[in-house]
Amino acid sequence: MNYSAIQFSKEELARYNRHIIIPEFGLESQQKLKAAKVLVVGSGGLGSPVLLYLAAAGVGTLGIIDFDVVDDSNLQRQILFGVESVGIPKVEAAKKRLQALNPHIKIQLYNAQLTSKNALDIIREYDVVADGTDNFPTRYLVNDACVLTGKPNVYASIFQFEGQVSVFNYTKKNGETGPDYRDLYPTPPPPGLVPSCAEGGVLGVLPGIIGSMQASETIKVITGIGETLSGRFFIFDALNFETRTFKISKRTDNPISGKNPTIKELIDYEQFCGMRIVEKPIKEISVKDLYDWQVKGEKFQIIDVREPHEYEIVNLGGELIPLATVTANADRIDRDKKVVVHCKMGGRSAKAIRELEEKYGFDNLYNLKGGILAYIDEVKPELTKY
Amino acid sequence: MATVIIPTPLRKFTNNTAKIDINAETIEETVRELTLNFPDLKKHLLDEKGQIRSFINIFVGDNDIRDLQQEKTSVKKDTLISIVPAIAGGR
Repeated sequence: MNYSAIQFSKEELARYNRHIIIPEFGLESQQKLKAAKVLVVGSGGLGSPVLLYLAAAGVGTLGIIDFDVVDDSNLQRQILFGVESVGIPKVEAAKKRLQALNPHIKIQLYNAQLTSKNALDIIREYDVVADGTDNFPTRYLVNDACVLTGKPNVYASIFQFEGQVSVFNYTKKNGETGPDYRDLYPTPPPPGLVPSCAEGGVLGVLPGIIGSMQASETIKVITGIGETLSGRFFIFDALNFETRTFKISKRTDNPISGKNPTIKELIDYEQFCGMRIVEKPIKEISVKDLYDWQVKGEKFQIIDVREPHEYEIVNLGGELIPLATVTANADRIDRDKKVVVHCKMGGRSAKAIRELEEKYGFDNLYNLKGGILAYIDEVKPELTKY
Repeated sequence: MATVIIPTPLRKFTNNTAKIDINAETIEETVRELTLNFPDLKKHLLDEKGQIRSFINIFVGDNDIRDLQQEKTSVKKDTLISIVPAIAGGR
């Protein structure tokens, strides 16, 4: 971040005067703020105060990523928005409000969801990330993307009356990098165990308190003043007015930043957080084993669930029952010997087996792994591939 | 008598009690005593193998028990024990 050449207009100097006159802050810190690019992920409860304070403070470039539209139920806490914003994409309503607050800064909008596909490219463009999202998959996505791109992640989260703040993946001047979210929480809770704010509610002012702390930590990360929350974990209970700050440390078994990292690129975070239901496994047979059965003359039936025109091109001599008609023709499928079900690549036949097992309780069905294409490749290359 | 601070999301399993005094010498005993008195807490604190779930952190004073002696970490009379589950809200 090259900040020494940063200049201020007369209006800007007047605007930032109360910063510049703090001895520990000074013009240099203000220059660092103007040179900085901060990505705020989520422009809701936490994102509102973070964006308002960072814009007011003079952070030169603010990136905002959110795919949501302003809703009436947001106005209880998302102070970026007013009645006139309802129905408008959050990023657009946010930009309007922030630009009115400070016309001297640049605002970059991403009216999209942060995903494993776009996260690295977006985050690479920024110096600091402030995470104000509202679900575990995105929390882990932001964490991993920050670790992989080497960006500090100013973290905050809220639930009902409680808030948490920390600074993750922060590299100190001596080159030492502090803990990240996976050091603190190696895995997320299973879906449903910890309710979201949408389900469990949140005190409207809580994101204001916690988001302001997040903005303050972001400013400290940019300017290098004071001691950030890196290596510490702050929690606040608004109900009993209690604050606690814990020490946290890096763990050698962290899968992305430990001794032997296994995560080297972004993964499927929905699946990691158990949001995607894993389908019940079905029995499979390899094409080699099928060939063995054929050679040994083992008694079994082959069901081909492809379409008639595919069957015409090439087939294994099985009974043709297209997928759409498979449950209606369940009586044509043997129950007293093994049945190999196949299609072109193994997907449709897996679906057929699940339907048959579920509806008719078959327990003798084997899916041909890789389908007829694998059979041609590995057993009979002379057959026609299509 | 160590004091355990129960986080908001788990208070519904402790009759809305935020602070519970427990007579115990270690974290293991504390958790056992706690889940004995509030059985519904058990599945939220412990997995099937009886291990503390990985999205729950327990701090003794300012320190993570993973940096101390895990469940064997000793607790004293005036120790403050914090149970802090992962929360993800932001909107």
